Amino acid sequence: MEAKTLKKRTKLTKAERREELIAYLFLLPNMIGFIIFTLIPVVWGLLLSFTNYDGFGDVKFIGLTNFKKLFQDGYFITSLKNNIFYTVFSVSFTLLFGLLLAVLLQKKLKGSMAFKTIFFFPQLTSSVAFGIIFVCLFRGSGPINGVLQAIGVENPPKWLTSTDWSMITITIVSVIKNMGYYMVLFLAGLQTIPVDLYEASSLDGASGWKQFKAVTLPMLSPTTFLCSIMCLINSFKVFDLVNIMTDGGPGRSSNVLVYRIYQEAFVNYKFGYASTYAVVLFLIVFVITMIQFRGQKKWVNY
Amino acid sequence: MDGKKTKKVLHKVVIYLIFLVFASVTILPFLWMLSTAFKFEQDVFHFPIEWIPKAIRWENFSNVFTQIPFTTYYWNSIKLSSIITFFTLVTSALAAYAFAKLRFRGRDKLFLLYLATLMVPWQVIMIPQFMVITKLGLVNSHWSLILTQSFTPFGVFLLRQYFLSIPKEYSEAAKIDGCNDLKICFKIITPMAKPGFVTLLIFQFMGIWNDYLAPLIFLNDDKLRTLQLGLRYFQAEHSTSYALLMAGTLLTLVPVVIVYIFAQKQIMNGLANAGGIKG
Repeated sequence: MEAKTLKKRTKLTKAERREELIAYLFLLPNMIGFIIFTLIPVVWGLLLSFTNYDGFGDVKFIGLTNFKKLFQDGYFITSLKNNIFYTVFSVSFTLLFGLLLAVLLQKKLKGSMAFKTIFFFPQLTSSVAFGIIFVCLFRGSGPINGVLQAIGVENPPKWLTSTDWSMITITIVSVIKNMGYYMVLFLAGLQTIPVDLYEASSLDGASGWKQFKAVTLPMLSPTTFLCSIMCLINSFKVFDLVNIMTDGGPGRSSNVLVYRIYQEAFVNYKFGYASTYAVVLFLIVFVITMIQFRGQKKWVNY
Repeated sequence: MDGKKTKKVLHKVVIYLIFLVFASVTILPFLWMLSTAFKFEQDVFHFPIEWIPKAIRWENFSNVFTQIPFTTYYWNSIKLSSIITFFTLVTSALAAYAFAKLRFRGRDKLFLLYLATLMVPWQVIMIPQFMVITKLGLVNSHWSLILTQSFTPFGVFLLRQYFLSIPKEYSEAAKIDGCNDLKICFKIITPMAKPGFVTLLIFQFMGIWNDYLAPLIFLNDDKLRTLQLGLRYFQAEHSTSYALLMAGTLLTLVPVVIVYIFAQKQIMNGLANAGGIKG
C-alpha cells in the first residue's frame, strides 16, 4: 500500500530519499549473500540442465538432450519409483502417528509431559547418529531380528541388505525420527480448537470417536493440510538416512532423487546431467507448493 | 455407574499401552546405544540383550579420541554453528527491519523475490552453489559453509513477521527522540521481537549442527570436518567394531541431551514455529 502511494509521486522529498538510502543499506549485507548464493544459483541451475558441463572445461549447450536421456534412464525411473514409495508410506505413517500421539497427549493424563519429551527426542538427534544406531539394530543377526526370532518369526527379513526391504527399513526409521515433530505441530493445532465446541457436542451426547470425527478432525483440517504439505516436500528431500544406512543399495533398491543428484554431480562429476535431476525435483516441489497456495484458500481460514 | 468407571479405567490403560509402545520404539534404540558403548566387542550382539553390560570397557571412549580427531570435529561444529547463526541473526534482522519498517521503491517486489526463492529446496541449487564456491576458490574451507548458509531468505521472512506485529508508534516515538534506525532496530525492535529471534536461533543452530549434506560436498580435509561428517567417516572405517561406533555416537549426542533437558520447551516450540512457517 505505502509503496504504491510512493510510486505515484515522481519526486521524493529529502526525508523520503534518506529513508530509501537507509533501507538499501540495511538490506545490503543480506542481499549480497542472497544474490550470490541463492538467486544466481537458482538461475544457473536451470541453465546447467541444458548443458553437458562435467566440472572441467567449457560449458556447452546441448538443448533438451539431458531431458530426453533422463526419461530413458532406468536409474532415474528406479530412483523416482523408490522415492514415491518412500513418500507414500513415510508421509502417511508419520502424520497418522503424529496425530494419534497428539490427540492422546491432549487428554493430559499423568506422565504425558514425559512421554511428549521422549517422542520428540529423535527429532533433535542428527540423521547421521540416528541412522548409525539403526544400522546396528537392523543387522541380519542384530537385536531386532533377535527379538523377532525369539517371538517365533523363523525367517526374519534381512532389512538393509535385502533389495525388497531396504527402502521399507529406511521408511520405518524416518517415521520414528519424524513423528514427534508432527505431533508437536498437531498439538499446537489442537490448542486452537475452542473448548466450548467439545462441551456443546458432549451435551449432544457425542464422545470419544464420534466427537473426534465431528469436532476434532474438521477443526484440525488447516493444521493437517499444512503438515501434509510439509511432510510431502520433506519426503522428496530425503538423503541423509539413505546415505548412512544403505548408500542407495543393495543395487539400486533404495536410491532416491536427491541421492541420484548427489551421485551424478559429486561422484561422477556430471554437473549438467545432475542438474536435470534437480530440475525434476524442483518441479515436484513446485507442484506441491502450488497445491498449497490453492488449498490454503479453501482449508485455512484466517 | 460401575460399568462406566471400568470403561474409563480401561480407556486409560489402552492409552498408556499405546504410549509405552511408541516410547519403547523411540527410546530403546538410544538405550541400546548407551549400553553397547560400554561393552566389549564380543558381547555386543549377545541375545537376550544385556541392557546392563556384565563387563564394562571404558577404553571404548578413549579409543574414539585416539583414533579420530574428535575434539577437532567438535570444535568445528561449535564454531560453524555459532558463526553462521550469528551472521544469520544480524543480517536477517537488518533486512527484516528494512522490509517491515522502512519505505522504499520496489520493496514489495523485492520481498516477493525473497519469498519465491524460499520454496526452492537447497538440494536443487546445491550444484550451482558448489560451482560458485569453486569459482571463489573456497571449496574445502569453512568459508564455503559460512557464506552459503548465513544469508537465508527464511530468516528475513521469519523476523519480518515478528517485526510487523510491533506497532509503528514505538519506532516513531524513538525517531522523535532522535534515535537513528540502527538504534531503533537493535535497541527497540529487537528486544520486542525476542521470541522471533529465539525461534530463528534454535532453528538455525540445530540445522547447522545436524547438517550433513552441505559439509559432505564442501569439505574434504579431515581437520575441517564437522561432527556429523566425522561420525560418518568413523562409521565407514569401523563398520565392524560396533562398541566403538556406539561410543562415538554417544559422545556426539551427550551435549544434545543436556541442552534438551534444560531448554526442552523452547526447542520444541522453536523448531515447530519455524518449521510451520517454512512449510
